[in-house]
Amino acid sequence: MSFFARFAQNRGALVGLIILLMIIAMAILAPLLFPESPWRMVQRPFLPPMSQDGFPLGTDTMGRNVAAGLMHGAWVSLLIGLVSTSVALLIGVPLGAIAGYYGGLIDDILMRFTEFFQTIPNFALAIVLVAIMQPSVTSIVLAIALVSWPPVARLVRAEFMSLRHREYVEAARLVGQTNSTIILRQILPNTLSPIIVLASLMVATAILLESSLSFLGLGDPNVMSWGYMIGAARTVIRQAWWLSFFPGVAILLTVLALNLVGEGLDDALNPKLSRER
Amino acid sequence: MKHPLALAISAAALAFTTTALADDPKQGGIVNTIVQPEPPGLVLGMIQNAPTRVVAGNIYEGLLRYTTDLEPIPQLAESWDVSDDGRTYTFHLRDNITWHDGEPFTADDVVFSADVFHRELNPSARAVLQHVESIEATDEHTVVFTLVEPFGPFLISFEAGTFTMVPEHLYAGTDFRNNEHNDHPIGTGPFKFANWERGTVIELVRNDDYYEEGLPYLDGVNWHIIPDGGSRAVAFENGTIDVLPSGTVENFDIPRLSEMDNVCVTEEGHEYFSPYSMLWMNNREGPTADKRFRQAVMYAMDREFARNVLWNGLGKVPLSAFGSNARFQDDTLEPYDYNPERARELLEEMGYDGEEVTILPLPYGETWTRWAEAVQQNLREVGINVRTQATDVGGWNQRLGDWDYDLAFTYLYQYGDPALGISRTYLSDNIAKGSPWNNVEGYENERVDELFNEAATAYPDEEREALYKEVQEILHEDVPVGWLMELGFPTLYRCDVKDLVNSSVGLNEGFRDAWLDR
Repeated sequence: MSFFARFAQNRGALVGLIILLMIIAMAILAPLLFPESPWRMVQRPFLPPMSQDGFPLGTDTMGRNVAAGLMHGAWVSLLIGLVSTSVALLIGVPLGAIAGYYGGLIDDILMRFTEFFQTIPNFALAIVLVAIMQPSVTSIVLAIALVSWPPVARLVRAEFMSLRHREYVEAARLVGQTNSTIILRQILPNTLSPIIVLASLMVATAILLESSLSFLGLGDPNVMSWGYMIGAARTVIRQAWWLSFFPGVAILLTVLALNLVGEGLDDALNPKLSRER
Repeated sequence: MKHPLALAISAAALAFTTTALADDPKQGGIVNTIVQPEPPGLVLGMIQNAPTRVVAGNIYEGLLRYTTDLEPIPQLAESWDVSDDGRTYTFHLRDNITWHDGEPFTADDVVFSADVFHRELNPSARAVLQHVESIEATDEHTVVFTLVEPFGPFLISFEAGTFTMVPEHLYAGTDFRNNEHNDHPIGTGPFKFANWERGTVIELVRNDDYYEEGLPYLDGVNWHIIPDGGSRAVAFENGTIDVLPSGTVENFDIPRLSEMDNVCVTEEGHEYFSPYSMLWMNNREGPTADKRFRQAVMYAMDREFARNVLWNGLGKVPLSAFGSNARFQDDTLEPYDYNPERARELLEEMGYDGEEVTILPLPYGETWTRWAEAVQQNLREVGINVRTQATDVGGWNQRLGDWDYDLAFTYLYQYGDPALGISRTYLSDNIAKGSPWNNVEGYENERVDELFNEAATAYPDEEREALYKEVQEILHEDVPVGWLMELGFPTLYRCDVKDLVNSSVGLNEGFRDAWLDR
């Protein structure tokens, strides 16, 4: 059975993938459909959805187009989710690999270091980091990456510990391959599937984290993100429900889609473990 | 000789009180209101921040009060004379005033408060006192201030919050800041301090021995402390709170609350402070150092939009450096109306090359954040490359103090007279690192310095007016800072609380005349 066929066996995953593709399309089409800045005050404030042509989702507290904000926000959310996950992987994978492969004292040191990060609540640490570095896309990406790499490190370490005594690794050692070659060429490729699954879930978490930060006013003040839209609208929720509703739905769908896709990937990459349907 | 002005003003004041009494006030009742945030202490004169003023202004008093037109009216002083050369001010005190502890209030208390207490503790009073040569009590109820030279705003600097009268018999010869009476303030005002449950409520009770016959009408005022803005709005909605002083609920709650039954709104009662919002523009370096750039910023901003949308139509779009409540305002200047076309022309003319300009919002809540977004967008639309820097209160103070900004939001009080509240923003000797409240923009103009300094001590007012007219013309052309908005600070109250706001400091002394129609 091909990879995609296995993936498609999970109906949920397929739905998730479709939603995700739609959101990606939104992000790509945003500058074409709404070439003007989403910050532009274009109409009367507080226009309800569908009440005027060109403003299907209404306008916000300052007369900005909610639809434009939503589309441009998709780009920001996806970008931050992907970049921060990549950065987290770049930190977590090498640390976990070294700790798991060498074991002993190195493992102890690296794992105590990892635990240090794990004991601090993620969100609290992210707030502190962003507040210290001043809110900007870079500082938010860094903060999210810094709070989300420990699970990666632990996962990779566990995989390495179980794989390092396998016969093919022993064989590689016997033919004189160096440690770094063994780590990169022999073991790492075999740990990829759980990493990919974890990464897809991390993107979802990162999007949630970014939204929460923006909601609290710690977003980059120069980019329109979904969290910002909800944060700015929460004060008028009694007057204008649509301002927080649409970005909220967008976040919900994106996170849901990423989770479904993650599950589908898990099934597709680990056919033996996949649940009987 | 009694100055004719003083007579006219006493007469006006009489008329003023009579209208207030026309409704036949009822005696009794307690008003519940809010103080936000909780004040650090209640000894006015030692502490001058807004929450202290609003509570303690009902406990302590000054020599004079000011109408909403900023005309002085009697308080502890029943009349005053000004010598013809503008250097000698004689205040005649009422002879029936006692402190809350029963001791009589005399001219010695005035001399002590002004000459000893405020000179040591109070920077804003000190700024006025540097023009004062001597303060003497010529008899028990007469005080004579002799000035070094005439000082235009002298008569307007006796507001209770700035020039509080403190009891000599409790403070003389003590360590003021650690005086045991600081926890139980003793003033001459219509209300006495009763109780302060930290974090919950400050209770004031009626001063039965108040010198104004019949006043106050209320039995007491309770100042509740509720840390969360949403909860404060709810407390007003459900009737726990009768009066919401300005700034105690967020702007966006005001339309909803003011549409409730039996709720009245007034913007009066801030004329003395006239909070004026400005956009600091760094005159030292970058594009903002060019006059044409600063003018372009003025033309690019849609201030009417900000007023209508962000401030719910409260406040006024200012004309120039002098706010509309300031004395000697020249209203003939050409306004900087919203004109993006003109802004683009000016930028073209100066050869603006798209250099990045940062903008620092005021971290005082949602309205200010939205406002910075609107200005950022306005500026982008005329081609200015702006980037917003988010910051907290500490960061904001530090950046402005270090002059590390291009554009920054702020607001300042104007204190009625240009020499007290306006010149400080433009005088070049007021440029000093470390404070976000002085000439932060770094504007230097010798002629402006000359004019402001001359006008402060010129006498009489016609002469000051001519000098201030010239200075306004120069400032209007140079645009050292952006003039954003004369802020409207609305007070919300149940309509059955009568005569609440009746002077230029509003609630700071409003409960003196207030009564409940219940």
